[in-house]
Amino acid sequence: MTVFMVLSAIAILAALGVVLFSSPVRSALCLVFNFFTLAFIYFGLKTELLGITQIVVYTGAIMVLFLFVIMLLNLGGPQTWKERFEFRTVLGFGFGFALAAVIASQVFANFQYFDKPQAPDSFGSPQALGRVLFTHYVWPFEIASILLLIGIVGSIMLAKRKL
Amino acid sequence: MPAASHGVWQIGWALSDMIVRRDPRYSYCCMTDWLIQQSPALQATIRVLVFVLPVLIIVPGLIWWERRLLSWMQDRIGPNRVGPFGLLQPIADGVKLFLKEDITPAAVDRLIYFVAPAVALFPAFAIGATLPWGPHYGPLMHWTPIADVDIGILYILAISSLGVYGVVLAGYASNNKYSLLGGLRSSAQLISYELAMSVSLAGIVMATGSLKLTDMVAEQMKPLWGWDAAAVFQNWFIFTPYGFIAAVIFLICMVAETNRAPFDLPEAENEIIAGYHTEYSSMKFAVFFMGEYATMFIFGGVFATVFLGGWNMLPVNWDVLAAQVPAVAPFARVMDGANYWLAPLWFLGKCAGGITFYIWLRATLPRLRYDQLMSLGWKSLLPMAVANFIVVAIWIMCTKLYGPAGGWIALFVALAIVYVLYLNVVSATSKSGWYAQGRIRMTQGAERRPIALVDPTKEVRP
Repeated sequence: MTVFMVLSAIAILAALGVVLFSSPVRSALCLVFNFFTLAFIYFGLKTELLGITQIVVYTGAIMVLFLFVIMLLNLGGPQTWKERFEFRTVLGFGFGFALAAVIASQVFANFQYFDKPQAPDSFGSPQALGRVLFTHYVWPFEIASILLLIGIVGSIMLAKRKL
Repeated sequence: MPAASHGVWQIGWALSDMIVRRDPRYSYCCMTDWLIQQSPALQATIRVLVFVLPVLIIVPGLIWWERRLLSWMQDRIGPNRVGPFGLLQPIADGVKLFLKEDITPAAVDRLIYFVAPAVALFPAFAIGATLPWGPHYGPLMHWTPIADVDIGILYILAISSLGVYGVVLAGYASNNKYSLLGGLRSSAQLISYELAMSVSLAGIVMATGSLKLTDMVAEQMKPLWGWDAAAVFQNWFIFTPYGFIAAVIFLICMVAETNRAPFDLPEAENEIIAGYHTEYSSMKFAVFFMGEYATMFIFGGVFATVFLGGWNMLPVNWDVLAAQVPAVAPFARVMDGANYWLAPLWFLGKCAGGITFYIWLRATLPRLRYDQLMSLGWKSLLPMAVANFIVVAIWIMCTKLYGPAGGWIALFVALAIVYVLYLNVVSATSKSGWYAQGRIRMTQGAERRPIALVDPTKEVRP
């Protein structure tokens, strides 16, 4: 439980950092750190595969690309700018809280009968996941892979001047 | 049998009996009971201390070994002044680096500039967490790996992919175009070679049927190629045809992942000074340096675990040898005991072998050009790894259908099919094939002319 507390505190701090840092690179780094701590929370819940997928996909792959884009677009030093107070800001906060309330009402309802802080053994293990993916969910799985393939082909089409 | 040799025989048996016993009753001698009574967090901390600290301690030794071996290969003497054989040279270097002026350029992004070396060092030490340094059975089993999780090899791939961050951030934060170029190059390189690396490992995962590294070692202790007749020999993956290909691919990718020669483009001195760590001095530079060596060491360990039978000394099942050839039974039993009890030593030896290979490569091969690097990764290694992956699938299927020999039959059939395909498809579509079939004629200029060292237009004077 203490592990969870510490990790979630770090994750919340990192998430705040994403919003509050003025330099986009630092914000992106905070997001990376946030994803990374989330992965450790998953480890703590005994769902290692989920945690490692989080690291491989988000922390490792997507955020590197993200960082690339930011770095190539923003090569100057960190810069700050001040925003004028606007009515839209207040409205934005209001909508934000409303959205948070909607999500929370959906999520917290599921926590009502929640008493086990860890997944049962072999829940979400590579074996179990592989078996389910190749039996029950084989069609969605294959279709998703075809989608990815189309993405690869499309990016090659876009990037190559002549084929 | 003479009495003297009989006595030696007896002593051999007694000795082997002492060493070989590894039933739980003997576990007190390695404090396993004490370890498993501790709380899980404390257990993990102890394991980390036992198996990560050596890596830290070994790093100076690696630097010494690299400098001495490299100078021997290049016909130089190398550092031989500080201590015996120059052994204390890395310590002197460390002191020098520590006392050097730590320069922070004015234009850097300060926070990221300071964080980057730490980020670079983190994966180097975190990768080793799932590597088994010793047996997964008997009294030694609870000591290592630090965490025997279901996702062993995935964890290694994931953490090693985080190595990009240190390099990219260092390059960006330095606010220097050479640093940035170095960082970008390096990240492109790491991302490209990661793919081939994971696909080559995926084949091995499929052959094992598990992502756990301990399961991989257990799989490699089975009879060679699944033949019971060859049960004396262990089925190290490097001895199987698909494993050998995967090992070659993994080895190349491993060198590229650690930014070592001939793939050390991020720090190509003649092009971009020192690459991403141009602006780093003193201890911050040393941290990058240390991270590189620790990663080399750990990747040597990964290679040993996945392809070279993990902590096993030699590819021999000594207990089977003792049962099958009674003449060498005492020797085999002693070797079995040595194989078991000194397992971390053999593992360390294999890691050292990996490091030596790295140094050998550095002394032998010139650095690749950037486009060569990319085309090697994407056009050669990745297709080869994917093809190998398919071969593993066919191998497993044929072994299940036709028994242990089925895999070999399938392999030869596949080779024959590839050869026929090559003859018919490749030669039908490639230009050289068209020449051979006479579908296109060589033009006048392209015809082969006899090469003569003496110009035929000039007269040869006697």
